[in-house]
Amino acid sequence: MVEAGGWQVRAMRLWLPLGFFLIFALFPFYWMAVTSLKPNQELYNPQVMPLIVHHPTLKHYVDLLGETDFLTWTWNTMLVATVSTAISLVFGVMLAYPLARMNFPGSALVSFAVAATYLVPQPLLFIPMAEIIERMGLGNTLTSVILTYPTLLIPFCAWLLMGYFKSVPRELEDAARIDGASRLQTMFLVFLPLCKPGFISAGIFAFTLAQNEFLYALIFLTDTSVRTVPVGAIAELIRGDVFYWGQLMAAALLGSIPVAIIYSFFVEHYVAGLTAGAVK
Amino acid sequence: MSAHSEPIALPAIRRRVLPALRNWTEREDVFSWLMILPPMAFLIALVGYPFVYGIWLSLENRPVAQPGTFIGLGNFFSDFRDPTFWQVVQNTFVYTGAATLLKMVGGLGLALVMNQAFPMKNLVRAVLLLPFIVPTVLSTIAWMWILDPSFSVINWLLVHGGIAARGPSWLGNPALAMASLIVVNTWRGLPFYAITLLAGLQTIPPELYEAATIDGASALDRFRYVTLPLLKPVVFIVTMFSLIFTFSDFQLVYVLTRGGPANATHLFATYAFDIAMSGGQFGLGASVALAMLPPLALLIVALALYLRRA
Repeated sequence: MVEAGGWQVRAMRLWLPLGFFLIFALFPFYWMAVTSLKPNQELYNPQVMPLIVHHPTLKHYVDLLGETDFLTWTWNTMLVATVSTAISLVFGVMLAYPLARMNFPGSALVSFAVAATYLVPQPLLFIPMAEIIERMGLGNTLTSVILTYPTLLIPFCAWLLMGYFKSVPRELEDAARIDGASRLQTMFLVFLPLCKPGFISAGIFAFTLAQNEFLYALIFLTDTSVRTVPVGAIAELIRGDVFYWGQLMAAALLGSIPVAIIYSFFVEHYVAGLTAGAVK
Repeated sequence: MSAHSEPIALPAIRRRVLPALRNWTEREDVFSWLMILPPMAFLIALVGYPFVYGIWLSLENRPVAQPGTFIGLGNFFSDFRDPTFWQVVQNTFVYTGAATLLKMVGGLGLALVMNQAFPMKNLVRAVLLLPFIVPTVLSTIAWMWILDPSFSVINWLLVHGGIAARGPSWLGNPALAMASLIVVNTWRGLPFYAITLLAGLQTIPPELYEAATIDGASALDRFRYVTLPLLKPVVFIVTMFSLIFTFSDFQLVYVLTRGGPANATHLFATYAFDIAMSGGQFGLGASVALAMLPPLALLIVALALYLRRA
């Protein structure tokens, strides 16, 4: 698709639109960083040019880490995301392996059910879920979200892994079966070790989804000691009409960094997972 | 059991029962179902049961912390007489339609731009996906400040660029608040569209474009007759995903406007949340949430069937 035309054509077709999209995509993050570094008298002075920081300060970060439970929220978020991702990967494999590899009665129904469950949005379930969690006595415990997040992640992991499993050749498994390995041995010792990239894709994706979850955490976790970062920021850095903007921005930035770092290590796996459902 | 029956029974179990059990679990169908049952049970308990229980709740009058009384379709009749409910229906359709359209057009545009060769392409792609991977609530906090009534940076630019004497209140005016939400939703969802469509574009064999060029097709023709038809399945899937999750959006509205001003930006999810969690009327709230089901079910079943077939 190489076309004739000088740098003007290339600028119009590539650099101009690309620059526009990049600024659009990144400006809010720039704004987070800049705002979090401004002292209050600069932040709330409409006369000051707001696009850059004139007197940078780390005060909002110090206050956020010292005066709020931000570190506890971060720990909670990480713990919940890690455990629910692990649960979802295990259950996801248990669904995906038979669906990808075996013939059994009911497989069509199960795979439809998994796809449908994947698509059922949370707002359809949160009211009954609130009562169920309350009745189980799990209100204000991390268990409540560790138990409910996998309902969002399992169908997704199962779907993604199924696609990956189907792309792995069968010959090794057949050979193991002929050598007398049981089905369980074949799966654990021969097949699953071949699927590491699939696990990384599904794991990264599930982890970012778990970090993003807000509705269940908002309803189930009302105590500051069990809150996750998004809920803690919204519920405790905004008090009535008072917005602690500097701290809010510092929290938004610090809360985004772990996800961004993990993502940056596994971009290719993430993109593979993202596009797996739609392209193939 | 007597003391010496045991040494006789155990070897018998080892010799006959265990191999039989092993043979049974080695059967393809038995092994599959044994694998599937635990996750299936988990999902039935925490998705299937709440779903059915939600339908039951919607048929009850159930103030918070009190036993409910069965009132049939009473909650739904109250919804239909509630002008705010109809406002919510309209809001949700406007929000979903406009945001999906913007994401589709913008996403296709970005995908086409990205489909050219240029240096550091992978880095650019990774950076462009950031809005999609950063937790929504956290990035929305930044947008809240960008759209702040007194300190909006957009207004500062408008005023100091000499475009307007004073900037509007982005989240205080009903129409502007809705427009702002649509833009923020687009900001977050567009990368998903673009990267997925880009992956789709890259599966189109270059020979098709060469053949079309040789046959005298212009760039526009090539887009219309080669790119679009081959991209259609990907566009379909991405659009269905986007429709389902935009239609049932909660986070963005809850953080930016809480449904205001004057219910102008309430969606099904936020309105149901207000009634159930803030108002304490679980039954009525459940009925508002369930009102989402008919259009959603159509989309979900269509997409689930399509995905399964593919």
